[in-house]
Amino acid sequence: MDQTRAPIHEALERFRKMRVVPFDVPGHKHGKGNPELCEFLGKQCVEVDVNSMKPLDNLCHPISVIREAEMLAAEAFGAAHAFLMVSGTTGSVQSMILSACKRGDKIILPRNVHRSVINALVLCGAVPVYVNPEVDSRLGISLGMKREQVQKAIDENPDAVAVLVNNPTYYGICSDIRAIAQMAHKAGMLCLADEAHGTHLYFGEGLPVSAMAAGADMAAVSMHKSGGSLTQSSLLLVGEGVSEGRVRQIINLTQTTSGSYLLMSSLDISRRNLALRGKEIFRQVSEMADYARSEINESGGYYAFGKELINGNSVYDFDTSKLSVHTLDVGLAGIEVYDILRDEYDIQIEFGDLGNILAYLSIGDRPQEVERLVSALSDINRRYHTDGSGLMTQEYIEPQVVATPQEAFYSGKESLPIEQTEGRICSEFVMCYPPGIPILAPGERITKEILRYIDYAKAKGCNMTGPEDADILRLNVLK
Amino acid sequence: MEFWFDEFHTPDVKHSIRIKEHLFTTRSEFQRIDIFDTSEFGKVLTLDGNVMLTERDEFIYDEMITHVPMAVHPDIRDILVIGAGDGGVVKELIRYDTVEHIDLVEMDPEVLNACRKFLPNNANGVDDRRVRVYFENGLKFIRRCENKYDLIIVDSTDPFGPSEGLFTREFYGNCYNALKSDGIMVNQQGSPFYAQDAEAMKRSHMRIVNCFPISRVYQAHIPTYAAGYWLFGFASKKYHPIDDLDSARWNSLRLQTKYYTTRLHKGAFYLPAFLERMLEEVE
Repeated sequence: MDQTRAPIHEALERFRKMRVVPFDVPGHKHGKGNPELCEFLGKQCVEVDVNSMKPLDNLCHPISVIREAEMLAAEAFGAAHAFLMVSGTTGSVQSMILSACKRGDKIILPRNVHRSVINALVLCGAVPVYVNPEVDSRLGISLGMKREQVQKAIDENPDAVAVLVNNPTYYGICSDIRAIAQMAHKAGMLCLADEAHGTHLYFGEGLPVSAMAAGADMAAVSMHKSGGSLTQSSLLLVGEGVSEGRVRQIINLTQTTSGSYLLMSSLDISRRNLALRGKEIFRQVSEMADYARSEINESGGYYAFGKELINGNSVYDFDTSKLSVHTLDVGLAGIEVYDILRDEYDIQIEFGDLGNILAYLSIGDRPQEVERLVSALSDINRRYHTDGSGLMTQEYIEPQVVATPQEAFYSGKESLPIEQTEGRICSEFVMCYPPGIPILAPGERITKEILRYIDYAKAKGCNMTGPEDADILRLNVLK
Repeated sequence: MEFWFDEFHTPDVKHSIRIKEHLFTTRSEFQRIDIFDTSEFGKVLTLDGNVMLTERDEFIYDEMITHVPMAVHPDIRDILVIGAGDGGVVKELIRYDTVEHIDLVEMDPEVLNACRKFLPNNANGVDDRRVRVYFENGLKFIRRCENKYDLIIVDSTDPFGPSEGLFTREFYGNCYNALKSDGIMVNQQGSPFYAQDAEAMKRSHMRIVNCFPISRVYQAHIPTYAAGYWLFGFASKKYHPIDDLDSARWNSLRLQTKYYTTRLHKGAFYLPAFLERMLEEVE
């Protein structure tokens, strides 16, 4: 196929020239009905915020330009089929899991998954079988799943239907997804990949293997993160063994029937850019990240980690385009560095957790901004350095799953002051966002350790979300 | 035939200079560089279409950014100059015999090359044996320096171009760290007149105030810069720009200047009311 084409983009350009009189939705009618919005977003933009129609195809049942764009994306990503998604990678993850599992099915997955994965289990009633990830005790981060642990989970749960892999984690850590896909297939299970942080793996060189290349059956890919498309646009990729029509039905259960052409055209144009120039783009991104890592490590105090973590199993590979920095040796929690960077240096990074920060480098960065980040970190070290006593590292707290996420979410519950919840079963999520990895998920027992952790994260200024009580003074627990 | 150079000072105001000859143009890795010959201002250097210096009025800028700190600090030996690829600042500094060592850090070698060729009076000072030239990003260079300089001069382009990193908290913080315990930093601080320039000026002043115990602003009249009215920042760990001015010492050096005098030095720190208010807002 011709990857220089962008069928949705081209159709919108043709549509613009036709000067069609709109007696359909959206009611702003190419912006004329909402001059303030038009002024803010620009005429170019609102003119193509249009509805599905014959020349522009329909996302719920694509037969022309959207279909072509999906086929081009499938080819570019090495998938049997690609679905354009407009409800974020959350939507892609949910459709992936809803396609693989139904009520009562078991799914094997690491506990450090994004909330969207467990949300999907709430929706479909599947039962999580957690593989405890290894933890790097110095960095306080969860690593990948070990092959033997996955095999053990498969052997102990031969009735499970799928294995889900983070490829990579937020921090850039990859499990041996090739081997895991083989193990899953051998046991008759599907291999699913959360590639919210992995778009670039399909295009860059010297990066970890992508899920499709590793033989996975489905992958949720955040094009809007490293791929450069608009926020909320995403791709769901499927391999040969998965029915395209069935997945489309599942997507249509929850996705809008008014798919945004702004989002879809951004996917189309970004796919073209990646297919034509991705290799060069991600070479530059990795070079910048490598440069930043070496400068940060040279400046002292911080530890910007990289490929040296690779151990052949729980860190099978490392995505060098990620810039994760351990901050505890400066005497600051990651979340504190995150706040100082924003408040005092006008630098917004992706997130800070208890011991680390993550700066997201991408297609849009230039070396001069990287210099700013590195200089700001060294200035923070100079101004704030302490011996770091009293800082807590993130430890992995093994979850005690008592009920499935769906049972817990929908069962009878009561609201208790958080300090009185020890020993009870939580019916909601608690997490820091970002990264959005649950500390507690519905159906898990609340322990003293977990309460201590929540307390500390709140005190350090983490943005905690999940519970019905936004201040997290109370938690809902099962009756 | 009419041949004019136009520079927009705001989207609604432009400043035009009649050109005799377009002597040089190139696109470097960082910016577009042009040199014109003009009747009124002599040779003119522009970067990305912004006037950096003209032969006619460069003395005002170069004298005010150098002699003010040199007349305050009694013993300046080690100096770092950031930006200033045209060489004008160095040209003034090497007039002091007491200066032992000047590091000039310019991002873009093409600027110095062009100036050596077309503005040799300005640029050739960098050949002085005390001067070392580094073609590097200033932000990167200064990260590695600690307790090293008596004076840092930041001669950057405006804050909206490739020099943006030189108007940031991280840069000023690292400058503080690179200065000795009685060091001074002087920077070009832009113009307070047009709204967009004024906002940028306030932001960078606020960042300097947060980094240095003493931070004052002084002014000069520069015809070819926006509004003809320009500011400099004087940031210091110990010396006060007026209280510690040693007029007798500086005048005994008998340096010939066209703009700077020790009387004007004091006056330059007396600011118009609107500007005082603007600075107070962020101090």
